Amino acid sequence: MKAAVVVFPGSNCDRDLAVAFEQAGFDVSMVWHKDDALPEGMDIVGVPGGFSYGDYLRCGAIAAQSPICKAVAAHTERGGYAFGVCNGFQVLTETGILPGALLRNAGLKYICKTVGLKVETSDSAFTEGYNAGDVIGIPIAHHDGNYFADDETLAALRDQDRIAFTYAENPNGSRDDIAGILSENRRVLGMMPHPERAADEGHGGTDGTALFRALAGVLTPA
Amino acid sequence: MKARVHVMLKNGVLDPQGEAVRHALGAMGFDKVEGVRQGKVIDLDLVDGATEADVTDMCEKLLANTVIESYSIEMQG
Repeated sequence: MKAAVVVFPGSNCDRDLAVAFEQAGFDVSMVWHKDDALPEGMDIVGVPGGFSYGDYLRCGAIAAQSPICKAVAAHTERGGYAFGVCNGFQVLTETGILPGALLRNAGLKYICKTVGLKVETSDSAFTEGYNAGDVIGIPIAHHDGNYFADDETLAALRDQDRIAFTYAENPNGSRDDIAGILSENRRVLGMMPHPERAADEGHGGTDGTALFRALAGVLTPA
Repeated sequence: MKARVHVMLKNGVLDPQGEAVRHALGAMGFDKVEGVRQGKVIDLDLVDGATEADVTDMCEKLLANTVIESYSIEMQG
């Protein structure tokens, strides 16, 4: 199993994400934002958290136009798996790979704490290690995590069972308490909370481990 | 030639920063303000011959996120 983790100027969760993939059994390659292709044979691409390009213009907007993001988009169009966390989720919405957008938190404050996250569906490679309805403890750390999509998009997300996670208590004003969503083919997950920061005993919680283990299970060649 | 692009959150999209400014104005005694929306102004220096269509393309692809933002363009000679 091979995972690529994209590194933008300003990424700061890239190594955490790489370690979480490695601990689940992936061989991880770091790829630089100026690369215009992913290494051969990647099973999944991780787009990490941080402040790509200083969050200039809009969070994720400049990163979405980088050469590597064209390669990530091509990878997902071919049916490849991708996983965006925090700023990575913002990048995936800015590229149009996932619908909606992330606005400034309703309370205008940067929020950094562990929150209760409700698993809304176990029907994906990312969430099959959980049961729908489980509430897991995962840290959030964002200023712009307020998920917005129009009514039509929200209805489609609900009807297609593409809301992966919701907040047990909405911290940021996200519509329908949404914390993470899946692509239509269920192979791309974007989420504001950081499962890679709850993937080791030293983190103070390991509720994120099941996500990486489930991915490893699905992506292991039979 | 120059162009000025205004980018605003669409109507119906909550603007928490505008709301905070409105609250602050109210607290300062400016009691004639009913609402505040905060946006961005982007000034572009363009080569001669650039058209509004070029700027529209820039807005659609980068300067605005049309999921949440609307934009308007003023071409300035």
